[in-house]
Amino acid sequence: MTLPMGRALREVFGQTVTELAAHDPRIVMLDADTGSSTKADIFAKAYPERFLQMGIAEQNMLGVAAGLATTGFVPFVSTFVAFAVVRPLDQIRVLIAQTGLNVKICGGYAGLFTGTAGKTHLIVDDLSIMRAMPGMVTVAPADDVEAGQVLRWAASYNGPVYVRLVRDATQRLFDETYAFAPGRAVVVREGGDVTLVSTGTQTPRVVDAAGLLAARGIQAHVLHVPTLKPLDVPAIVAAADRTRMVVTVEEGTVIGGLGGAVTETLSEHRPTIVKRLGLQDVYGESASNDQLLELYGLSAARVADQVQALLEERTTAGHASHAILLP
Amino acid sequence: MAETMAAADLTRLEDVARRIRVGVIRGVNAAKAGHLGGPLSAADILAALYFHIMRIRPDEPDWPDRDRFVLSKGHSSIGLYAALAVRGYFPVEELLTFDSLGSRLQGHPDMTRLPCLDMSTGSLGMGISAGIGIALGCRLAGRDARTFVMLGDGECQEGEVWEAAFLAPRYGLDNLIVIVDHNKLQQYGWPGAGPDDRLPPARPGELVAKWSAFGWRVLEVDGHDMAAVVRVLEEATVGDGRPVAIIANTIKGRGVSFMEGRYYWHTRTMTADEFATAMAELGEPITIPAGGAA
Repeated sequence: MTLPMGRALREVFGQTVTELAAHDPRIVMLDADTGSSTKADIFAKAYPERFLQMGIAEQNMLGVAAGLATTGFVPFVSTFVAFAVVRPLDQIRVLIAQTGLNVKICGGYAGLFTGTAGKTHLIVDDLSIMRAMPGMVTVAPADDVEAGQVLRWAASYNGPVYVRLVRDATQRLFDETYAFAPGRAVVVREGGDVTLVSTGTQTPRVVDAAGLLAARGIQAHVLHVPTLKPLDVPAIVAAADRTRMVVTVEEGTVIGGLGGAVTETLSEHRPTIVKRLGLQDVYGESASNDQLLELYGLSAARVADQVQALLEERTTAGHASHAILLP
Repeated sequence: MAETMAAADLTRLEDVARRIRVGVIRGVNAAKAGHLGGPLSAADILAALYFHIMRIRPDEPDWPDRDRFVLSKGHSSIGLYAALAVRGYFPVEELLTFDSLGSRLQGHPDMTRLPCLDMSTGSLGMGISAGIGIALGCRLAGRDARTFVMLGDGECQEGEVWEAAFLAPRYGLDNLIVIVDHNKLQQYGWPGAGPDDRLPPARPGELVAKWSAFGWRVLEVDGHDMAAVVRVLEEATVGDGRPVAIIANTIKGRGVSFMEGRYYWHTRTMTADEFATAMAELGEPITIPAGGAA
């Protein structure tokens, strides 16, 4: 059984910020000429006077956002992650993170799903970069339900926030009873054999992988970490304690992102061997979404196979502190 | 208007500029660090802005309708701090804490430390972008506030400046006034024909041509002629639908003879004798303790 598809996060973005703007006159949208892709154009149609086209000039855009924030507006800055995070990184550092100004950086086209754009647009280290920046709240929602809630929370929070959004439709993990809490991780599946920690829209695929593992007699405990910063340290330690076998899975580089956060945390609080699944210090390339998930081992089937192989390897090698029963 | 401005008022502004320069010299001397050339070239413009042009309330630094000032050339921070102190935002003696641990007067302007700063700056090219955001925000909020941004001429080598220069005319931001402190020297630059045998950051006329080509209303002024500075700033605040760029021709290190036009005084520590000479030239002679100086 696999999780159903939800709406594309970019559409949730355009619609949610537009809805928020109806009740919050402080909200403005800044676009760097990608609005027809990021769905900021939904906002442009509804509130043309508050849609600020910045042109193809992202360093300036982040600076303009900072200035607007000092006058009481709440700027939502929108473009592809490549141009919202990496290109204007120093502007984010000096004018937004160091000042704590109330700017919401919304990176569309995150992860591997960039419409075959290839390595220039595949930013695999946005979570690593943003969570390393003092003062920058960093959030990667799992699905359309959580993305809407994250954006609503971000609008109500006074300070800089980075929200990682995805171009294409992804699977829906949560129903409408879910309530996002900033800085809180959530157990989305209970299990006692192995702990899988995931973030962003990778989490639904990890839940599907847990289903595949269950069919093979392996019960996975799955922790979803939507907020990379501030990190839910107790939840990560508790999840590790459940099985003492931890695997992180992320649609990005294993260096410094979720895998980095979990290994740093457990190293300090509960030393544990952690296997990090994700891009192994490589750039991406042009291909379909499914092909890229296969290539980098992030499809549900590939995650399940890697976790199973890891468990078998550890059992054989006697690394596990307690016996793991395999079928 | 400048023509009707009383000679006494001009004299007062010139004395303010002198006191700003004294604050720069004392602050940098106390810190044994910091920039000199740029703050000194900007002092007259800062005096005109903070003591005549800008609508501000030193006792209410976050007054929503205030005019804003962004020092895009953030390394001239001590010049801005001196202007703010002389204007009454904080005690002049606080200038002696410049650059020291725990000080509100950081090496580059930090709005989280010092509430009367309208933006944090220090990485060049960024202040003008923030200034556009402030000007846009004031207009969207219906505030009749003007935003002044001071750029360095070397800073105009940053690409972000021209991203910003492209954008502001698109929004017709005539409440945005950029002042380029064209002091003809950058920190190091290139050897060539110019002050101190260094190639100026921009050729004669180049800045006027560039800002004009980007759609700005460009005004030029002698940045050390107080009457002219006041006149050009008053002219700039009468909007015609275009953002304004004032190219202020200045002398790096202005006011201290041995610093004027010398690129190595961009940032440098003064000896005790140099400090004494500078203070004397600025009309505030000090007594050097017997046996040398601290």
